[in-house]
Amino acid sequence: MQALFGQLLVGLINGSFYALLSLGLAIIFGLLNVVNFAHGAQYMMGAFAAWMAATYLGIGYFWALLLVPAAMGLVGVAVERLLLRRLYGLDNLYGLLLTFGLTLIAEGLFHQAYGNSGSTYPVPAALRGGVNLGFMYLPIYRAWVVVVSVVVCTASWFVIERTKLGAYLRAGTENPRLLQAFGVNVPLMFTITYGFGVALAAFAGVMAAPVYQVTPLMGSSLIMVVFAVVVIGGMGSIAGSIFTGLGIGLVEGLTRYLYPEASSVVVFVVMALVLLVRPAGLFGRQR
Amino acid sequence: MSRIPRVACCLAALLAAPTLAADKVSDGVVKIGVLTDMTGYYSDLAGPGSVLAARMAVEDFGGKVLGKPIQLVSADHQLKADVASNTARKWFDQEQVDVIADLVSSSTAGAVMPVAAEKKRITLLSGPGTTAFTGEKCTAYNVHWTYNNWALANGTGREVVRQGGDTWFFVTADYIFGRSLEEDTSKVVKAAGGKVLGFARHPSPGTTDFSSYLLQAQSSGAKIVGLANAGADTVNCIKQANEFGVTPKQSLAGLLVFITDVHSLGLDTAKGMYLTTAFYWDLNDDTRKWSQRFFEKHKKMPTMVQAGVYSSIMHYLKAVQAAGTDDADAVMAKMKATPVNDFFAKNARIGPDGLLRHDMYLARVKAPGASKKPWDYYEIVKTIPAAEAFPTVEQQACPLAKK
Repeated sequence: MQALFGQLLVGLINGSFYALLSLGLAIIFGLLNVVNFAHGAQYMMGAFAAWMAATYLGIGYFWALLLVPAAMGLVGVAVERLLLRRLYGLDNLYGLLLTFGLTLIAEGLFHQAYGNSGSTYPVPAALRGGVNLGFMYLPIYRAWVVVVSVVVCTASWFVIERTKLGAYLRAGTENPRLLQAFGVNVPLMFTITYGFGVALAAFAGVMAAPVYQVTPLMGSSLIMVVFAVVVIGGMGSIAGSIFTGLGIGLVEGLTRYLYPEASSVVVFVVMALVLLVRPAGLFGRQR
Repeated sequence: MSRIPRVACCLAALLAAPTLAADKVSDGVVKIGVLTDMTGYYSDLAGPGSVLAARMAVEDFGGKVLGKPIQLVSADHQLKADVASNTARKWFDQEQVDVIADLVSSSTAGAVMPVAAEKKRITLLSGPGTTAFTGEKCTAYNVHWTYNNWALANGTGREVVRQGGDTWFFVTADYIFGRSLEEDTSKVVKAAGGKVLGFARHPSPGTTDFSSYLLQAQSSGAKIVGLANAGADTVNCIKQANEFGVTPKQSLAGLLVFITDVHSLGLDTAKGMYLTTAFYWDLNDDTRKWSQRFFEKHKKMPTMVQAGVYSSIMHYLKAVQAAGTDDADAVMAKMKATPVNDFFAKNARIGPDGLLRHDMYLARVKAPGASKKPWDYYEIVKTIPAAEAFPTVEQQACPLAKK
């Protein structure tokens, strides 16, 4: 029983990362209809940026948590303005290819500069140590990951579902032309949305830096699961991606307890089952 | 499918026969292929550094053997067995490659060795660890150069048990290498009077979060958590073991740790850990001299795999020179007949099973305060003589050696 609780809690922690990452993907897909394959690379770059800020500039973790997503958001804005924008009229395969290419370039550059063993980013002093919960030892930093992830996801959901900006966003998802006819600057919204999605990926990267080794490949091992999460949740569904992210973390935890060998494939089994029963995903609507 | 190139090869060989007889070097060139992981999880411990080491060996040899040029090619096998064996086939059938070096990751080495044996070309394993490559899977054209799992298990495992670490739990990479390392170490632990309490096997490569495996290790109550994995997996395990409070209550035994792993972990995280290695740059004047040359080009000190690639290719080229031909059977006979004496190994010999038996070193990672210069990471606890470091021919189940 103790082991079960432990594995479920670990699953919830991993689920928090899935939720943060799939949220960004879902927002971008929802509005731009772009499958952002570079999401894993942007997450990796966020972690590297935090490490570089600490190593070269002496900027600590909490500042990095603010500055890195902002800086990466600007990178995202530039990518959208200079590259992605040219592909909107085309099949969304082109967007996928472009972002996949960007991923390869980014991973290659970081590999060339830093190698693949990666670098170690220390856990910030304020969040070191842990508490013994009886059934497991919970590092304080992991608890922090869960709390922050829930806060950020809830805030994003609130902005999108309950504010005027969010209303525009959702309207843009449904029918961008009509929205433009009402005088809303849709291209600007596209830019901001992509920038925000990238910033979320970078934010997750900074959160991950103290837990995982910061390496050029850290994104590629995570991104497949995150894509599956988005598909299960329903492409483009905000709430879907958050709940599915956390849920898949728990399912993985449960699998590790019951049959550990299946833990890395269980997410794809769930995906296949969901697609059979609800082709649009758990929270998705048929378009 | 493969018959057409083979027929073509035969025809070409017939046409070229008169010149061949004269100079004894097939195709007028000795071609060395370095097949390694250029971009993936093992690319720092092997990869471009292995290619550099091979290039240094060719340059140091003078770029020519028996008056014919030595060529070097390299390719990325992406840690995939099928990519590795296809590349090897292409190299052998179409590009006249005579020998393949490194082959980091046992899954790729295991795929290439039978191909090489079928085509009568030589493999020089430096990166992989699986003991069976000179045991039941041995071939007549293979040399296992740098280390094997048996040596790691005996070096690190025995010492840890001797110091009181008599209950073990393994965190194992779930493929041939990890399982072989777990199995070899379990035997050593049990033979030394210790107990194995359990294991957790993780997919590899591709796992970054080890917390659930470490939780199992923690709840097992074992004194020692043995890490039967390599590269980025080991590094993430050690880092997260610190985070989850596995250490210092339980101790970690990294069964395969490279100097690049220690470098990326930092001494503060890695300090105190025991490891077994075939090579350390700061052993003596010879190792320092070679490593310094390597460092100037690569900006990182060589791992044992990279040093082994240099040493194995050098020995191969000397054997070609001495045999007066690049014919694989003659070269293999010469390689096995000649002891290896260089900065990497002293008076080491290749057995009939293809295993190079040389001294190994039991090292301990220094604490940050004890490290006086860059890359000053290891304190050598003891030298394990070749006879103790590796299994004897009789202990190996290699059918070739039984004759």
